[in-house]
Amino acid sequence: MGILQEILKTLSLPEFYFAMFRSATPVLLTTLGAMISSRSGTSNIALEGTMLISAFVGVVVSAFSQSAWIGFLGAVLAGFIVSNILAYFILKLNSNAVISGIALNTFASGGTIFVLYLITGEKGASTSLPSLKLPSVTIPVVKDIPVIGAVLSGHHVLTYAALILVAVVWYMFKYTRLGMHIRAVGESPDAAESVGIPVKKIKYIALCLSGMMTGMAGAFLSMGYVGLFSSGMTAGRGYIALATQAIAAGNAVIGMLASLLFGFCQSLANYLQNSSIPLQFIQMMPYLIIIIAYTVYCAMVEHNKKKKQMKAAAGK
Amino acid sequence: MLTVNKKFTIVRLLCAFGIAIALSVAVIFAVSEEPVTAIYNLFLGPLQSKRHFFEVFASSVPLIFTGLALGLVFKSGNFSMIADACLYTGAVVTAALAIKTSLPFAVHPIVIMIAAAAVGGLIGSIPALLKVYFHTNELVTSLMFNYVFFYLGIYNVTKFLADREAGTFASKKYQATASLGKLISGTNFHVGYLIAIAAVILLYILVYKTKFGYEVRISGSNPEFAKYSGIRTSRVIIMTQVIAGAVAGLGGAVEQMGMYQRFNWQDSPSYAWDGVIIAILSGNNPKMVPFAAFFLAYIRVGADLMSRRSDVQNELVSIIQAVLILFVTAERFMAGWKQREEAKKALKGEA
Repeated sequence: MGILQEILKTLSLPEFYFAMFRSATPVLLTTLGAMISSRSGTSNIALEGTMLISAFVGVVVSAFSQSAWIGFLGAVLAGFIVSNILAYFILKLNSNAVISGIALNTFASGGTIFVLYLITGEKGASTSLPSLKLPSVTIPVVKDIPVIGAVLSGHHVLTYAALILVAVVWYMFKYTRLGMHIRAVGESPDAAESVGIPVKKIKYIALCLSGMMTGMAGAFLSMGYVGLFSSGMTAGRGYIALATQAIAAGNAVIGMLASLLFGFCQSLANYLQNSSIPLQFIQMMPYLIIIIAYTVYCAMVEHNKKKKQMKAAAGK
Repeated sequence: MLTVNKKFTIVRLLCAFGIAIALSVAVIFAVSEEPVTAIYNLFLGPLQSKRHFFEVFASSVPLIFTGLALGLVFKSGNFSMIADACLYTGAVVTAALAIKTSLPFAVHPIVIMIAAAAVGGLIGSIPALLKVYFHTNELVTSLMFNYVFFYLGIYNVTKFLADREAGTFASKKYQATASLGKLISGTNFHVGYLIAIAAVILLYILVYKTKFGYEVRISGSNPEFAKYSGIRTSRVIIMTQVIAGAVAGLGGAVEQMGMYQRFNWQDSPSYAWDGVIIAILSGNNPKMVPFAAFFLAYIRVGADLMSRRSDVQNELVSIIQAVLILFVTAERFMAGWKQREEAKKALKGEA
């Protein structure tokens, strides 16, 4: 069977689109988090490490408490704590945001393995821990609709949470005081300060929100379908969120579409693993497509800017 | 006499080290049943034998290369992590040429190093070109490209170079000519260290003694001024990342020929991430890179010995590393101390 046929056959399966939402979920949650901190003027490079730590904490807490939801709270709290450390260095000690983020990522990749070994005596995965998974949800009426039911119903509870958060974040930026303050602080801290917005406090809140959403993404990775923590399991999703966030340019709905694009590629990659395309090319595809999408987006923005300038010049 | 600024830098550096060491000792006491053995090996292990001591020099080689590469990129005010892909692909190129070509002694390593540096430079240019022409963020694209080139490397090794009888992921053996000799027998201290030092000297001259280096420094410290004074900033962005990529690619070649007889990097060794701390500790000054690399390599070798001889794992190093990066770069860390010191000096001046 030709490669094109294989791809077409995959694209006709409802399960494929189900998997697309599944793969997109952690990136979507992180993208929303990245968007909030980025709109407040701080680029949060520590997302990758935050997600890893949260994934780890979620598994450990759920294993010891024997409650998936307490584990989930642990993961979100871990995201909150990590972003507090980051905020302390960036906002209090005037550190460079990128470098502090890299430091936290370094800490996360080694620290999680260090503690995993202390608890289980293994370095690779938490297989020996009796950790729990968060449930999946079937939507009563939707599940009976052919095709659509198979795509949209039965997802993990955090997938739905992510989709709801898209609306929440969109609403927050558009209609709430906090959202407007975050935007004001990000666009011009001096102007925001002059009208009495507490700039540091807003930036702090934005970083905390981004950490907590990334914590949810971590919980999805380790307590979603897999049900265990393995070292380095985030596999660059925190970095991908930086790219999808950039494409979204502050719009939560575009952020969702960009995350779904990643989910599409990842899911296609999973389906094509046994095809005639070499495995490594399939593995690199999601990263490559995101680079291309991001570059095209930036080129378009630049093009429009130039066009506007030309028009303005011609108008004169 | 030392100026307050210099004194401040040194005191702050020492404090950061103090915090990192205190924290690691505290962690060891908290988790270990044999804390004394662990601490002894971590801090003094590398001094126990000639072999271990020179292992520190050998382990510092890739760190010197990535520290130089990252330092140069940081100096120009950019944040590309593409050195990771450059070093990895440089190593893959080395494996290919070390297996598939036959060249005389001494010529073989030189040809390989040139090829790896060229490929590294080429890869290094990609995020820079995208930044200049499409206004993408070089950090974002370089992080993605690191995965792309990692998988490309794995593909090439499995497809063209793999040793099917090895049982694990490994290439065929390198030819004997494609190897850098040892400087001291019985140790891993190899010729690559001298090449690394040569790179340090070249980069120092480039950054501090040439017109291009001046442009790099100005672009990094004052981009607006650089633009208005007629420096072609696009050229600086591209050239620094090409040079940094070439240095990292060369590092991949040197590491492979100095330490390995076949390619077995199934995971990226991520020396570029270590390069970040080297660049920061050295203040992006090539002259200080070998010392910073020596320090990190020392702790690494110590940590390996610790994990072998006690119950504490060597991932402790990443905790030390993170704490160091955080405190060394925290601008306002101990700012109060500096202020008091300056006030004291001012008062004395008046008296």
